[in-house]
Amino acid sequence: MQQKLVVIGAGMASGRVLEHLFEANPQAFDVTLFGSEQRGNYNRIMLSPVLAGEKTYEQIVTHDADWYAANGVVTRFGETITAIDRKAKVVLSRNGETPYDKLVIATGSAPFIIPVAGKELPGVMAFRDLDDVERMVAAAQKPDARAVVIGGGLLGLEAAAALRLRGMEVVVLHLMGHLMERQLDPAAGYLLQKELEGRGIRIHTKAQTKAILGNDRVEAVSLDDGTVYPADIVVMAVGIRPETRIATDAGLHVERGIVVSDQMITSDPDILAVGECVEHERTVYGLVAPLYDMAKVAAKTLVKEDAAFRPVKTATQLKVTGVSLYSAGDFAEAEDREEIVLRDASSGVYKRLVLKEDKIIGAVLYGETGDGPWFFDMLRRGTDTREMRDTLIFGQAYQGGAPLDPTAAVAALPDEAEICGCNGVCKGKITSTITGKGLTTLDGVRAHTKASASCGSCTHLVEQLMALTLGDSYNPAAVQPMCSCTDLGHDDVRRLIVAKELKSIPAVMQELEWKTSCGCAKCRPALNYYLVATWPGEYEDDGQSRFINERVHANIQKDGTYSVVPRMWGGMTNPKELRAIADVADKFAIPAIKVTGGQRIDLLGVKKEDLPGVWADLNSAGMVSGAAYAKGLRTVKTCVGSDWCRFGTQDSTGLGIRIEKFMWGSWTPAKVKMAVSGCPRNCAEATCKDVGVVCVDSGYEIHFAGAAGLDIKGTEVLCHAKTEDEALEIIVALTQLYREQARYLERIYKWAKRVGTASIKANIVDDLDKRRHYFERFTYSQKFAQVDPWEERVNGKDAHEFAAMAEFGLPVAAE
Amino acid sequence: MTNWIEIGRVTDIPQRGARCVNTPAGKIAVFRTADNHIYAIENRCPHKGGPLAEGIVHGASVTCPLHNWVFDLASGEAQGADEGQVRTFPIDVVDGRIFMAPEVMMEAAE
Repeated sequence: MQQKLVVIGAGMASGRVLEHLFEANPQAFDVTLFGSEQRGNYNRIMLSPVLAGEKTYEQIVTHDADWYAANGVVTRFGETITAIDRKAKVVLSRNGETPYDKLVIATGSAPFIIPVAGKELPGVMAFRDLDDVERMVAAAQKPDARAVVIGGGLLGLEAAAALRLRGMEVVVLHLMGHLMERQLDPAAGYLLQKELEGRGIRIHTKAQTKAILGNDRVEAVSLDDGTVYPADIVVMAVGIRPETRIATDAGLHVERGIVVSDQMITSDPDILAVGECVEHERTVYGLVAPLYDMAKVAAKTLVKEDAAFRPVKTATQLKVTGVSLYSAGDFAEAEDREEIVLRDASSGVYKRLVLKEDKIIGAVLYGETGDGPWFFDMLRRGTDTREMRDTLIFGQAYQGGAPLDPTAAVAALPDEAEICGCNGVCKGKITSTITGKGLTTLDGVRAHTKASASCGSCTHLVEQLMALTLGDSYNPAAVQPMCSCTDLGHDDVRRLIVAKELKSIPAVMQELEWKTSCGCAKCRPALNYYLVATWPGEYEDDGQSRFINERVHANIQKDGTYSVVPRMWGGMTNPKELRAIADVADKFAIPAIKVTGGQRIDLLGVKKEDLPGVWADLNSAGMVSGAAYAKGLRTVKTCVGSDWCRFGTQDSTGLGIRIEKFMWGSWTPAKVKMAVSGCPRNCAEATCKDVGVVCVDSGYEIHFAGAAGLDIKGTEVLCHAKTEDEALEIIVALTQLYREQARYLERIYKWAKRVGTASIKANIVDDLDKRRHYFERFTYSQKFAQVDPWEERVNGKDAHEFAAMAEFGLPVAAE
Repeated sequence: MTNWIEIGRVTDIPQRGARCVNTPAGKIAVFRTADNHIYAIENRCPHKGGPLAEGIVHGASVTCPLHNWVFDLASGEAQGADEGQVRTFPIDVVDGRIFMAPEVMMEAAE
C-alpha cells in the first residue's frame, strides 16, 4: 500500500521536494499538498519583476494544475493547517483530519513587522506573496501615489525600484548607514544609492521609524529625527523570520527555526522540514540556493536514500533592471586576508575581492558583474589564485595570456585617441608637447595642453604617457600621495571634491578610485575636513573619521583621562565663571588646574564618563567649549588695550572678543591661534601667531603666518586696516582662503610659504570683491558651525561615547 | 559550550567605532567595523597604554589615539614597523547580540 505523504506549504522548497521525489520514485507516496494561498507553487523570487510589470504571474508559475494532476498530487490550496497531532499522525484543518505516514513542513517565513504605532493601519503591507503585489499594484494606479518602503535590503530595494517604475513617489527608509549592509561594503552601497537616487527614489539612511500615522488608513510615516514622509502605502521589508508556529505547538524542537538534522529530519523521525522555516546547525537560510539543496536531500531521505545537507556559500544578485550588483562570501577585512580593489569612476565600476591564503573568500562587484560567477566558482572550489594574482581583478578575459602591462595598453593607442575627454586632448598632442616644450611634470603638461586639468580622471593616462615619452627621466613621485590608500595628493583631492561635487567619504573613495575599501587613519580625518569645509550645511560630519579629541570635544591625556578648557572670550573672565570652575573641580575631584598659554583655564584629569556632567555645570554658568582640542579656532589672546593701559592705542580686548565671537566653532586645516595687541609693545605676542593684530594710532596692522612651536617664525605683515570692521573682514577672509587651500594639518605659515604671500595678498588685499566673497563664504559656513558641542552632548548626543557598553563586577566568591 | 554572557548589541556600537566592557580583568574594547564585524581586544596599547577603543577604525584595524600604532583587530598584532601584541578575546554574535565567555573576563583578574 502506498504511504501517505502530507506537505504543509506550497512554496519554492516544497515544490522542489516533490519534483525530486517523483524523479526518484513516482509511486512511493500518495501526496497531499496544503497551501494557505489560493494558488499553487510559483517562483517567489520573481515577484519583483511581476511588481515592476516586467513579468506576469503566469510566467512565474512553476507547477500548474496539469502537473499536480499528472503526478497524482491532491492539492488543498487556501486551506491552512491549524495543528499537527503527532500521536494520531494526522494534520488538522477546517475540513477535519488528514492522516500521514510522513509529513514535510515547508511553512517558509513570515515578514517581520516592526512594532511601531500604526502598524495595523490599512495600507501597511509586507512584500511576501502575490496578494501583496496585487495590493501594491492597485495602490500605484492612483495618480501621484506615494510609497514609503521600510528596509533598504534586497527585498525593500526591489520593491522600491518596482514601485517607482509603476510611477509612484518612493522613499526608502533604512536603519543602517548604507544600503544592503549585509551584502555590500560601504563603497558599493554608495554606488547603489546614487543609482537609485538617479531614478528618483529618495533614500533616507540611519532612519529610525517612530510611528505610522493615519486615522482610517496610512497617511504618513514619522521618524525619530522629526522627518515626516506622506504615504499612501507603507511596505515593510525589514526582514523575515521562520514561520514555526505549528511545529512549536506540536512540541517539535524549535530554536530560531525548526531544528533539523543533515537529513532534514526534525526531532520527530516521521516529520521532515525544509526551506526558510528550518534551522540547520544554528543557521537559518533565506536565499534560494540552499533551499533547493535542502529539497534534494529531503526527497532522498523520503525514499530512504543516503544524503546529507551541507551548507554552501551563496551569492546574491539584486533583481533591479539596469543595476548590476553581485556579492558572495565573506568580505570582512582581517589580518590574514588581503583585498584587491578596482574602481573605475568614469564607468561607475567597483570590484573588491577578499583573499585568504591566495584563495578568494569574498567578492563584491558593482557596475560590471559578468565575472561574478567565475569568481564565485573559484570561491567555492577554493582555487589557488597565486598565478593570476596580478590580473585577477580584471576578470576571466585577462587570464591565460601574457600579464597585462598598463603602459603597453597606452602605448598601443593611436595618436588620435582621445585621452582627456573634458578638454578634447588626444594622445599625439600630449606626447608632442612633452617633447617640444621639454616638459617633465604633470603640472607642466596640464598648463600647456589642458589634459587632465579639469576633472582629473584621466590623470593616470597622462602620467603613463609621460612615463612612455620621457622614460626614466620622468619621476611621478613628485606629487606626495595623501596616504597609501591613493596616488592623489591633497591638492588633487581637494580640487576633485569641488569639481566632481563629491559630498561624502564613500563618494570620494569611489570617484577618486581609492585603493582600500575604508581608508585609513591618515586620509579619513583629512577627507572629513575637506568635505566639512567645502559643503557647509550639506555634508554630514562623520564623527568616526575624527580623531578622538574632536569626537568627544576634550583632549585625551597620556593616562586616558581628558582635559577640559572652557572658552574665555579674549582671555576675559569673571567671578561667576571662576566660581563655577572651582565648584566643578571640587564636585568631580579634578586633580589638576592649570592656566594655559592661551589665556584660559585647563581642568586636567577628568574621567571620560564625567565629561557630560562637567560640561553641564560649565554650560549653566554660561561657558562653552574652548575647542582646545580642535583643528579649528583656538584662542584669541589679547592685552588690556585702551581700556586700562596707558600705552594702549585701540580697544584690543574688544577686538579680540569680537573676532573670537565671530569665528568660534569654525573647523580649519590645522589649529589656528590668534592675538590682538593694543600697541607695538605687543604684550599679547601677536607677532608669532597664525594671525595677529598690532594696534597703532592710525588703525590695525594685520599680521599672519607666524609660528612658535616646532618652528619659530615671526609673522609677515599682510596689510593695514583703518577700522575694526575692515580688520575683521580681512582676518575672516584670510582664514577662509586658508580653509579652502591648505592641506589637512598644514599650519598657516606652511601654507603661506607654499602658495606664496603674493597670491594671498592678491586675493585678500588687492581685490576687494574677492575678499568680500571669502568673507561671505566663511560667514555662511558659521551658520552650521556655531553650535556648542558640549551643550549638544549634555543633551544626549553621542551618549554611547561616555558610557561603557557593559559592566561586570567580580563574581561572588564561590565556595 | 559554557553559557556565554551577553555584553550588548551590535547596534550599541557605532560603525567604524568601539565601546568598552568593564571587567575585573580591566577594560575590553569591542569594535564594530564598517561591514559589521565584531572584534574584542584588550583596551591597552602595549606601547604606552593608550586606550585603543578611542582610536580611528579602518578596515579591520585600529590606530591608537596616543601615538598612531596600528593593530589588527583579528590577531591583535601591531602592524608596519612597530612590534607588539594586544590580547584578543573570542566573541560570538547571534541575532545582533554579542556574547563573550565569562571566564575570559575573570581570568586576568588574579
